[in-house]
Amino acid sequence: MNYSFRFSSLLAYRDEIIEGLLLTLQLSAATILIGLVIGVVIAALRTGGPGPLRSIATVYVETIRNTPLLVQLFIIFFGLPSLGLRFTANEAALIGLSINLGAYSAEIIRAGIESVRKSQIEAGHALGLNGYQVFRHVVLFQALKAIYPALTSQFILLMLMTSIVSTIGANELFHQASFIDSRTFRSFEVYTAITLIYLGLTLLFRGVFAAIYWCVFVRRPAR
Amino acid sequence: MIREFGFDDVLFLLLAARWTILLTLAAMAIGGAVALVVAILRIVPFRPANWLAIGYINLVQGTPILGQLFIFFFGFSVFGWNVGAWTAAVTTFSIYASAYLAEIWRGGLQSVPKTQWESSAALGLNYLQRLRYVIIPQAVRINIPPTVGFLVQLVKNTSLASVIGFVELSRAGQMLNNATFAPMAVYLTVAAIYFVICFSLSRASQRLEGRIHVAR
Repeated sequence: MNYSFRFSSLLAYRDEIIEGLLLTLQLSAATILIGLVIGVVIAALRTGGPGPLRSIATVYVETIRNTPLLVQLFIIFFGLPSLGLRFTANEAALIGLSINLGAYSAEIIRAGIESVRKSQIEAGHALGLNGYQVFRHVVLFQALKAIYPALTSQFILLMLMTSIVSTIGANELFHQASFIDSRTFRSFEVYTAITLIYLGLTLLFRGVFAAIYWCVFVRRPAR
Repeated sequence: MIREFGFDDVLFLLLAARWTILLTLAAMAIGGAVALVVAILRIVPFRPANWLAIGYINLVQGTPILGQLFIFFFGFSVFGWNVGAWTAAVTTFSIYASAYLAEIWRGGLQSVPKTQWESSAALGLNYLQRLRYVIIPQAVRINIPPTVGFLVQLVKNTSLASVIGFVELSRAGQMLNNATFAPMAVYLTVAAIYFVICFSLSRASQRLEGRIHVAR
């Protein structure tokens, strides 16, 4: 092996790396927020919605969960413009990722809702709460606590999956990697360094999620 | 020269799906063998072995597949081996599968009741014999549904191999799109083929799960 590694050539591009890192963080945060909202709505529809809406929710979840994100992004970014819907790469990335996360989180949240004991719901109704109020004040909090670990691992997977949107040209961290690669031709060093940055992000996300769990579910008195 | 998207193109995509399936099977076979070792290392009563397995699993699960693909694609040539996209893809997806399967199978191994370990020890079996004849056969039953479920993830993620130029279903779709410029038709067909493969696997996984719970 007579290859000399030169990780130092990366240092000249730290601004690009930081820019990409920030966009990856923004994209992940925005996707988590939108995906979570979609997930809660779809999960509520799948467990208690009227018949037709329930079927639509099921079709949505099954379609998204059984096709690759890459192809979903291609349909949004390359396919939809032929129907007159044109997005920038970053918009298409946010839309694709949110739709994708929405389907996954819906399934996790549904499992959480179904894990809440029936007596809790009956007790809520006995207190005079209507269906929405029972869902909002009785079911949701308990369900979220039960599924918190599964949900946050899904968020971390999502953060790692944001790298896929580089294929349609959204300029997040992984896209910056191919940019630096095209300038330096230090492919191995560039991709190793960028991959390790993602590892750091995973650890950061785990820490933040553990802290949130502690603040929301542990420190707070039972209610 | 732009031409129409026709029936021949659907056939072309179906043929390309062979490579998606082949890549999945290869990754499953190699990854499964590695995963068995990692899962056992994860549960043996020897701390350093556990740490090694945990480190491996966290490293693979904590980095994006796309990054791993590029590291192997360019990494092999750094060491002087010139390999194609197929070898890089099989290596990456085997490693990816091994980390996730190891974690799934560890759960199965640990769900076998402790009394099984104790009673087989009382029968005079050593550690490996207990694993081989008592624990693993019971864990396999529990592990089949989530393993089939993981296959869905694997099939979908093989689409990323298109990025390093391996011609499987997604890459074939991109090539067709360049020739026909009918992105909606091409990618919806691609998505439909993935859906048929993945949905059948998802359903199989749910069925198997139901069957196991009934048998208990």
